Amino acid sequence: MALNASQLKVGDTHSEQICDNLTRTQIVQYAGASGDYNPLHTDEVYTTQVAGYPSVFAHGMLTMGMTGKALTNYVGDGTLTKFGVRFTNQVWPGDTLTATMTVAGMRNEGGQNFVDLTISTVNQDGKEVMTGNASARVNP
Amino acid sequence: MAKITFPVEASHIMMFARAIGDTNPVYYDAEAAKASEAGRIVAPPSFAQSVAQFNPDYFLRPKPGVAWFGSGKTATGLTEKASSSGGLHAEQHFEFHRHISPGDVLTVESKPGKIWEKESKRAGILKFRESVTEYRDQAGNLVITATSVGVTTERPVAQS
Repeated sequence: MALNASQLKVGDTHSEQICDNLTRTQIVQYAGASGDYNPLHTDEVYTTQVAGYPSVFAHGMLTMGMTGKALTNYVGDGTLTKFGVRFTNQVWPGDTLTATMTVAGMRNEGGQNFVDLTISTVNQDGKEVMTGNASARVNP
Repeated sequence: MAKITFPVEASHIMMFARAIGDTNPVYYDAEAAKASEAGRIVAPPSFAQSVAQFNPDYFLRPKPGVAWFGSGKTATGLTEKASSSGGLHAEQHFEFHRHISPGDVLTVESKPGKIWEKESKRAGILKFRESVTEYRDQAGNLVITATSVGVTTERPVAQS
């Protein structure tokens, strides 16, 4: 359900674990669904021997997608007007990620209420892997 | 880039939702979706990026008869060394003017945006490239605007 502006205040947070021990198979699943078959995400031989990384790593867009799940769980379905992110660190198989949304502000435009959120997704070591912001329509 | 036709399909949305671990019925169950505040099956927010499936020339999909840079008999299918460690995704922004649903047929067009460089301790010279993609529906209305920033690194990103 959409949020109610009257029940929100700046600084409110919503936090959710968005994956637990991320598997290579889920990364493959994301490659198949999204159509991004970059071997950096699915091909351990190429990624370690040619690209020079310690292992395959998740698509940034998988982290965005999993964070989007926490975001829509918070703001409701079909209410988002903006969702933007920066990928700040790689996400590896075995990672456990937690996404946190914080209310940065509320506004009313043309009679419609909106909430503006900042977003931070961190791994099991507390390292930020993605940062972003979003806006959604809310009830009065 | 040529315009791409992107038919939004229910099974594609279901597979995408599974891949991101989202079990919300609004992505696969028409009855439950009808009762939700969206009122219909909608796509997850970052779904629009899977327009890649409908780009005939998408370079991150292997194609029959074309050498692929991933491994087979050898660690890479290319005979010449790639000029860099490859591109990474730096930023992605979506603006939703309307949420898309199965049955929408989108026309998608990307245009190059800004280009800039930055020096980084972890990966050397970073070359950033922005691209702006507009998704229009069958009525010609703009439904999603996406801005993507890719980065090419001088060397693999050092792990801290």
